[in-house]
Amino acid sequence: MEMLSVQHVTGGYTGEAVVKDVSFIVEKGELFGILGPNGSGKTTLLKMLSGILPIQQGEVLIGGEKIQSYSPKQLAQKVAVLSQHSSQSFSYTVKETVSLGRYAHQKGLFQTWSGKDETVVQQVMKQIGVSQFQEKHLQELSGGEKQRVFLAQALAQEPEILLLDEPTNHLDLSYQKELLDLLKQWTTEKGLTVVSIFHDLNLAGLYCDRLLLLENGVIKINHVPNEVLREETIRDVYRTNIQKHPHPKVAAPQMVLLPEIQKAAEEIEINEKMLHQSDEFILLKAPFPLRTMSSGVIGAGTGWHQLFVNRHVNKDYNCDDHKAEMASFLRANGFEPSETVGMMTAVYLEDVEYQYHQTDEFSIFVVVTAGVGNAVDPSKSGQHTFEMVPGTINTWIFVNGELSEEAFIQSIMTATEAKAKAMVDLEVVDKVTGTIATGTSTDSILVAAAQTGKYLEYAGTITPLGKVIGHAVYQCTTKAVQKSRRRKHL
Amino acid sequence: MPRRSILKFLNNKFTAYGIAFIFLIISIIMGISIGTVSVPVLTIVKIIGAKLLGISISNIDPMNSSIVLNIRLPRVILSGLVGASLAIAGAAFQGLLRNPLADPYTLGVSSGASVGAVITLFFNLSIPFVGFFTLPLLSILFSFLTIFVVLTFARKIERSMRVETIILTGIIFSSFLGALISLMIALTGDELRQIIGWLLGSVSMRGWEYIKIILPFFIIGSAVLLFNAKELNAMSFGEERAHHLGVNVQKRKLLVLIAGSILTGAAVAVSGTIGFVGLVIPHLVRIVWGPDHKHLLPLSILIGSGFLILADLISRTIISPTELPIGVITALIGAPVFAAILLQRKRMERS
Repeated sequence: MEMLSVQHVTGGYTGEAVVKDVSFIVEKGELFGILGPNGSGKTTLLKMLSGILPIQQGEVLIGGEKIQSYSPKQLAQKVAVLSQHSSQSFSYTVKETVSLGRYAHQKGLFQTWSGKDETVVQQVMKQIGVSQFQEKHLQELSGGEKQRVFLAQALAQEPEILLLDEPTNHLDLSYQKELLDLLKQWTTEKGLTVVSIFHDLNLAGLYCDRLLLLENGVIKINHVPNEVLREETIRDVYRTNIQKHPHPKVAAPQMVLLPEIQKAAEEIEINEKMLHQSDEFILLKAPFPLRTMSSGVIGAGTGWHQLFVNRHVNKDYNCDDHKAEMASFLRANGFEPSETVGMMTAVYLEDVEYQYHQTDEFSIFVVVTAGVGNAVDPSKSGQHTFEMVPGTINTWIFVNGELSEEAFIQSIMTATEAKAKAMVDLEVVDKVTGTIATGTSTDSILVAAAQTGKYLEYAGTITPLGKVIGHAVYQCTTKAVQKSRRRKHL
Repeated sequence: MPRRSILKFLNNKFTAYGIAFIFLIISIIMGISIGTVSVPVLTIVKIIGAKLLGISISNIDPMNSSIVLNIRLPRVILSGLVGASLAIAGAAFQGLLRNPLADPYTLGVSSGASVGAVITLFFNLSIPFVGFFTLPLLSILFSFLTIFVVLTFARKIERSMRVETIILTGIIFSSFLGALISLMIALTGDELRQIIGWLLGSVSMRGWEYIKIILPFFIIGSAVLLFNAKELNAMSFGEERAHHLGVNVQKRKLLVLIAGSILTGAAVAVSGTIGFVGLVIPHLVRIVWGPDHKHLLPLSILIGSGFLILADLISRTIISPTELPIGVITALIGAPVFAAILLQRKRMERS
């Protein structure tokens, strides 16, 4: 059901049109966000929707009827407004303030306070969480509490549409989330239609069903958040450098600013000089944080890390919470777990194999520790029982270049394929199935890039990067496995 | 905690009206009883009772009866009505403009009304058919014109119409209109002392005639304001907010301004410019009983009338037999309160 329909609306302050020929429709129960840089006409548009500013051309239909056909009281029963901040010169109590929301519903010359008015006010205050300080004066409240009181006032109007002008401005982070969670809940549970101006693209992307992006008073795009929050569009409209990222928990796009800071240490390369070896662990200490993608015990997934640790553990290492144990091990050795990618292996660390490869435009450094005691043929792995044993082939790939997201994943694929080929060529056998294995059950991989220097978009097997990764990983893995075999035969 | 229970007792609306009523009654009785000839309370009750019931009681001194009925009672009622009018008008202006410093005097409305009154009095104007209502009508007209011009001018200076801007504009207009009045008086060449006495405000020697002049305007003006109490509540959160809450802002604003002008104009017409009543009384009532206009307006009427009756009593007894203009007393009390509110506001803004 369409709740709000804006048709070719033009308007603004006396004379000049700030908003030009804007049309859109908001359905009942939607949370609809209006975005745009300063001066793009967001507030002007909202003021026309709330009947404060006259509409010069076009129509605004609320519940199918022209906005001009409503009396102020009728309009207030349909549409409530929450602005950025409200002035209050006299110290009304919270309850008095919320009660004013019932003005539009009171009838007659004396506008008597009915039982229903009292019920609605009490209910709204409870739902918004302001009833415990209903006798307090507004001046005694914090900014976030005040904003909630005015939200309660707006909701006491029992509106079908709630218009908000940057409702989270001036609010603490926790209040922002609280307010928007509350609004989202009202849209889904009570069918309230919410139209809100947002300054924060990420908040808008998280909570809105649809977004309208205004540029110079004209609609740039009106679509779902994922479509509106495109890097090119936002870069274009807001004239700034940003990058889009997926939210880790919710299917919502998030934009991050890219600051114009020159990276120092551009000339420094990751190579064997930074590798430190002991009986207990192999450590690579980068001079600056590297962009990583890994399957380590610590620091898995994508992130920025500066320390890389491959730790030796006994074959019978067993621990209920190996992540926590690993973290405390790192701390005990003076490594901050949040800066570290940590892996484990049962292999003797002196059998580590590493290689540095340089091309004209970039270089890579590969470190491999390998043991094939529990090698697996993945095509027949159904015959294995599930059992976590410390990883036996750990592959680290450091790239002195800038990798795209694709290149990260393709690097992993290329490295895995090279590893599998090495296993085949070495005829490593899966002891359970008796067939050729391609790796072990707990192998780990790390791709870490300096993100400076040559931009490398792809890392498939025949790309310049893929070629050196494939070669280096194959050779290191082969040599490392051979070393480990030799040790066993001793 | 005794303090809390006292507050709770004061906050109870019945108690509030009770206290305000008792204050008014005591003021009236004191106003009638005290003077160069003091009249016992019981005698006052008897005289007024007899007059109301239309019976004659033989054992009352006819001089007392004359003092009460012809001099003091009309004077007390007139000062009560003037005080009530100014207080409720002040409360309404303050709510409308979200400005605790607004009152007919600081906004320049009283001066505007004076110009109207002076024009009528000194040029002996009389509009056909309205007769002696010419005086209040012209005062009201000039009050309305003044408030309209002051607000338009203040908006021109600054769209947001800050409290201080409105007050400054009011003071500018007040001075200008005051000068205009002085000029008119100088040109007519009348005796100055009497005129200055009138300008500073006085309710002496007005008689029942003047009560007839102010009463209808007081009733109309107060009724309009009382019926707009809720709207005033909404508008004290800002005009946009009031609009969002469903108030027809343009219409209600005009109504409040007209009613305020009617009250101020009529009060000035009968008593001259009496300052600060409209400032002090609503402020006091708001501190004690809260800003809700539903109660603020009627309580301002009660307290305002009692206050002006007492002020008048002081003005005619303090240096008896000479009478001070009543405006001197209200200004002596009001100006420091004005200063205090200003300080308090600044402190609040800073914190």
